[in-house]
Amino acid sequence: MSLGPYASFILTSYALVAAVVLILILSIAIDYRRQKERLRELDASGVVRRSGRSAADIQ
Amino acid sequence: MTLLDLANPTRFLTLTTRLLPWLAAVTAALLLIGLYQSAMAPDDYQQGATVKIMFIHVPNAWLSMFVWGVMSLAALGTLVWRHPLADVAAKSAAPIGAAFTFLALVTGSLWGRPMWGTYWEWDARLTSVLILFLMYLGLIALWRAVEDPSRAARAAAILTLVGAINLPIIKFSVEWWNTLHQPASVMRMGGSSLDRAFLIPLLVMAVAFSLLFVTLHLAAMRNEILRRRVRSLQMMQASQRAA
Repeated sequence: MSLGPYASFILTSYALVAAVVLILILSIAIDYRRQKERLRELDASGVVRRSGRSAADIQ
Repeated sequence: MTLLDLANPTRFLTLTTRLLPWLAAVTAALLLIGLYQSAMAPDDYQQGATVKIMFIHVPNAWLSMFVWGVMSLAALGTLVWRHPLADVAAKSAAPIGAAFTFLALVTGSLWGRPMWGTYWEWDARLTSVLILFLMYLGLIALWRAVEDPSRAARAAAILTLVGAINLPIIKFSVEWWNTLHQPASVMRMGGSSLDRAFLIPLLVMAVAFSLLFVTLHLAAMRNEILRRRVRSLQMMQASQRAA
């Protein structure tokens, strides 16, 4: 597969899309871990939700 | 489970936790198929291999507008129905929409340089998409600047609905004004003008990116619900300590 004289433009486009999508996925995954960690800390400190369920119970 | 049940954040969390692994798997599979088809697509008789940029530029451009449309519906949910998940949905979608718009602008620019001879031209299509990107950034800044979530939600919802005026301007800019950007070639009266060799990979990539948005959006909404739960529990803890 030859990408011709403008291969650098094509490859840069695909690499950039891959990088931004990867950053989005990672940032969302890291944020999820951070929120769960905060809820675990609150649970450990004895805070209970109004429903009476554990703070760390996310379901 | 009815739609009304999903208005309950706890039920929403249960559903997304079950759904997300499957959605992620289908999205990854479809992206791989789309990328393979894009790589195998023939060169265009005029553009050569640069036509391959279309397979990532167009889905990102479509999604840049679609995400604002989703946020506009959510804004109505906030202002009219006061749906508990409406602001969560809008706030979670904004960074994803901003990323898609950024990618549409940059891949368009990288496609434009070899085809038009310039990275940028202040024509109606490019400028209106740049305005859309700036509006996304403005909304994200607004949500971060206002501490009270309910006040931020109302202000953001109004700004989102006002910004929705830009969507038909972007869509029809290539018809209303004389622009460097080509007119619509897929969603137009009389059907697509694209050959099947390009249309099929493009549609597969469009579906794959749409599923990517749904997956990321549900995951980001789950994070936002948890963030609000953390905030309310911290406030509850602070008031208990004060008492």
